[in-house]
Amino acid sequence: MQEIEHHYEDMDIVCERPTALLDKRMHYCPGCGHGVAHRIIMEAVEELGIQENTIGVAPVGCSVFAYHYMNVDMQEAAHGRATAVATGIKRCRPDKYVFTYQGDGDLAAIGTGETIHTVNRGENVLIVFINNAIYGMTGGQMAPTTLLEQKTSTTPYGREAPFMGNPLKITELLAQLPGAFYVTRQAVNTPLHVRRAKKAIVNGFKWQALNKGTCFVEIVSNCPTNWGMKPVESNKWLEEHMLPFYPLGDMKVPSKEELENG
Amino acid sequence: MGELRLMKGNEALAEAAIRAGMDAYFGYPITPQSEVLEYLTREAYKRTQCTILQAESEIASINMIYGASGAGARVMTSSSSPGISLMQEGISYIAGAELPCLLVNINRGGPGLGTIQPSQGDYFQSVKGGGHGDYRLIVLAPATVQEMADFVQDGWELAEKYRNPVMILSDGALGQMMEKVELREQIDRSKHVIPEWATTGKKKDRERNFITSLFIQPEEMEQVNLQLQAKYKTIVENEIRVQEVQTDDADFVIVAYGLSARIGRKVMELLRADGIKVGLIRPITLWPYPYETVSRAAERVKGFLSLELNAGQMVEDVRLAVNGRCPVEHYGRMGGIIPSPDEVADVIREMYSKIQ
Ligand SMILES: Cc1ncc(C[n+]2csc(CCOP(=O)(O)OP(=O)(O)O)c2C)c(N)n1
Repeated sequence: MQEIEHHYEDMDIVCERPTALLDKRMHYCPGCGHGVAHRIIMEAVEELGIQENTIGVAPVGCSVFAYHYMNVDMQEAAHGRATAVATGIKRCRPDKYVFTYQGDGDLAAIGTGETIHTVNRGENVLIVFINNAIYGMTGGQMAPTTLLEQKTSTTPYGREAPFMGNPLKITELLAQLPGAFYVTRQAVNTPLHVRRAKKAIVNGFKWQALNKGTCFVEIVSNCPTNWGMKPVESNKWLEEHMLPFYPLGDMKVPSKEELENG
Repeated sequence: MGELRLMKGNEALAEAAIRAGMDAYFGYPITPQSEVLEYLTREAYKRTQCTILQAESEIASINMIYGASGAGARVMTSSSSPGISLMQEGISYIAGAELPCLLVNINRGGPGLGTIQPSQGDYFQSVKGGGHGDYRLIVLAPATVQEMADFVQDGWELAEKYRNPVMILSDGALGQMMEKVELREQIDRSKHVIPEWATTGKKKDRERNFITSLFIQPEEMEQVNLQLQAKYKTIVENEIRVQEVQTDDADFVIVAYGLSARIGRKVMELLRADGIKVGLIRPITLWPYPYETVSRAAERVKGFLSLELNAGQMVEDVRLAVNGRCPVEHYGRMGGIIPSPDEVADVIREMYSKIQ
């Protein structure tokens, strides 16, 4: 058989790890969306050239160690309190780009109060919300966003509304608040969705400089391990079950005038 | 001499915070300390452009404190007992992440919603933990409106020196009473040195900073704990503050802090007029506790009374220090009732007649 000759020196690098993401092996399970979400956030930070001026807040959840990978100054908040921590940072360092990264249990269960009030005050921060419809870190219990009939370790026969409440569309709820400047729902299950999600995050950072309110990006994601699926299967399940209930797209976008009169 | 004013304890504290160069205050209203937030919203921003934010809860307040302190700001929150209970998780995180900040508890009666009247029922919560894990707060107990003001800047200096939360443990009476207070000069907060560990944006010439209390490897978590304990030991060695009044010739000692110490002083005078030589030990730092001072007195005196506005909390520390060498009793009223000096003097007369 003919030997293949490599001539790397003739090739252009078209894609590499963003320098704002540290060269470390992540602890996430194979196929988990957290890794992709981390990457696009750090790509955005790098492309915008704001690494020196960005402060992140990690949640309690699978992404509790986000600060091990993201090469920016970061704080690790108590479960659910990331947006309060971000408020404290931003109020004292208003010239910095401040973002939180939170799961659905963190942001939409234990931290619902802080989430709503942070957005209602229109804090000039970016909130990135990873909705995987389950509690990953603690081993797959029901989340506020768990779908009806979805099985988790605490809804072993499927979630039933009369006993366990309904899945919470917190993003739709937040889009109603006057303090919200930009609210969108994205996903990371296909290359197209990843590109769109990254665009949304770039906007979320960029528009923070306008000081006009909170930017909120939900990312519908997966949890192959706790959903009990292979990665590819989980992305299909996401498409077929999550997206019909959590449709992708913008819920609140700034008008041209709002963006121009910065 | 600084500027003299007649002020409420809570307002003196708030004024002192502005003058000490506070960068941010986050708080939620609760009686009997709402004047702090009210005074600050009225006065602070216009004078020093610092941040004053009424948060949606004490949980939010304490986590805003975490964020702001982690970003290198000089920060304070204040509340009263139920609100301080709500903050405990955050306080433990702050202690674990070694963030300096000032916490103020204007103690009211409990348990539960309790009463809005003064109490010292939060002694255990303040000095023995309150939140989870092995941590300590430096706890300062003012007894006058002057100290309500002075302990603000002193507290921040201790907090920043040791990267540790400091609590001012006061009560509803001290918060509400008016006294003369001498105020310190205004500190220019733009001159604060931002600590190098703070999250202020990663500059090219340094590694990223992160603030965390999470150390998942047992070996690492143990080391972090050992370092904390070493720090606490240094604090014990250097920062105990205590006032002794006429203990030199005393046969009997009242141990009391804050408001109780004011009553204790009056009791002392009453009994001395009767010929009973009573002295007073007033712990100013409740942690670190002045065990040595109490222990030294135990060498000479015939008995102790721990006078507290609770069911008997600090008395456990007095007994630890005395270690069985002479009788130690507790006297206290609860529910916001403040004992009269005569009432306490009778308790001591009775006790004294037995140990003569
Ligand atoms: C006060 C408190 N309660 C409960 C927990 C336990 N806990 C840790 S993570 C978590 C839920 C995480 O789920 P989610 O926010 O959806 O993030 P994921 O792990 O799925 O990314 C819980 C309940 C905790 N750490 N602190």
